[in-house]
Amino acid sequence: MSQSDQAAKTNWALLFMGWLLVSVSTTISLFFSSVLDYEPCVLCWYQRMCLFPMIFILGAGLFPTFDKSVIKYALPLSIAGGLTAFYHTLLYAGIIPENIQPCSQGVSCTEKYIELFGFVSIPMLSFLAFSAIVALLLILKRRTS
Amino acid sequence: MKYVLVGLSCAVLGLLFFFASTYYKGQQVEKYGFMAEKNAELFVRDYSPTLGSDDAKVYIVEFMDPACETCAAFEPFIKKIMAANPGKIKLVLRYAPFHDGADNFVKILEAARMQGKYWETLDVMFKSQGVWANHGQYQPEKLWDIIPRAGVNVEQIRKDMHSPAIAKIIEQDMADVKALNVQKTPGYFVNGKPLQTFGYEQLHQLIKSELDRQYPQ
Repeated sequence: MSQSDQAAKTNWALLFMGWLLVSVSTTISLFFSSVLDYEPCVLCWYQRMCLFPMIFILGAGLFPTFDKSVIKYALPLSIAGGLTAFYHTLLYAGIIPENIQPCSQGVSCTEKYIELFGFVSIPMLSFLAFSAIVALLLILKRRTS
Repeated sequence: MKYVLVGLSCAVLGLLFFFASTYYKGQQVEKYGFMAEKNAELFVRDYSPTLGSDDAKVYIVEFMDPACETCAAFEPFIKKIMAANPGKIKLVLRYAPFHDGADNFVKILEAARMQGKYWETLDVMFKSQGVWANHGQYQPEKLWDIIPRAGVNVEQIRKDMHSPAIAKIIEQDMADVKALNVQKTPGYFVNGKPLQTFGYEQLHQLIKSELDRQYPQ
């Protein structure tokens, strides 16, 4: 097997990991909202807008072979989602005071739902997922340029 | 190979989602069953308006709001099932006025109850909902012209609706709403079992399964 074949395979595997991460996150997000009946707040919706389409964008980039233009399309979405999640995490943790939050209707963005191990909140999970995807896409960008 | 991997991942996630929801719903049924056994007044308070025979073994507890369209749509459906099973079903109404201002309509309804015209008034309110609750625009004043159709004294209702006893009923019902985690109206429990997925057919099935259990053929 030639070296470029090997590189192409690794690229595909990395993108597949990203796609898998997005799919798992989407499944968990939908589980929270439709099974556990956690109402998504405004900030959650912004993050979902960035997350959900990436299933199809990253998925399309996997076929028939790894397509590097997927980086260009997915990077803005994952960065926007990551920034929103970062802001949300700070708000939730109380580092940014609550009175400047933009949520006015429905659920409060700081309403506590679950906290894994006592400190991992939903916004934090979202931030971790977006960061991992941004990292994967940046690695792919370096490998393909 | 690539297609298989992606397809397989989708299938695994789908299955996980399905099994986790089934498991969670099973847990919920158990939890509410336990609450119904240990703490029956969470579901039925002694002041709660009821319809049907006292000997009935199937209790439908409905958390409702007179201004909720879906509640109005379900009312004839429930009455039909009750008519088809005479003496076996008892309907208990609880209040869950989630929207701002919706509690005013509960107050009007409870004031009508003092005149012994509860179900007539509810019927008139449900039928005229489009007039006074059109697209979330609550206009209690429009109700004053309509409500005499139920045979009630409007002046008396306007006086009675602000009684502290009624405010207390709403307060207690809202506390039970919270305890039972009712988030939407109408919220149904049949003999303490929550309606898992919302819909006419699902509610019918739930009632039917309890009827079969309580009244074996």
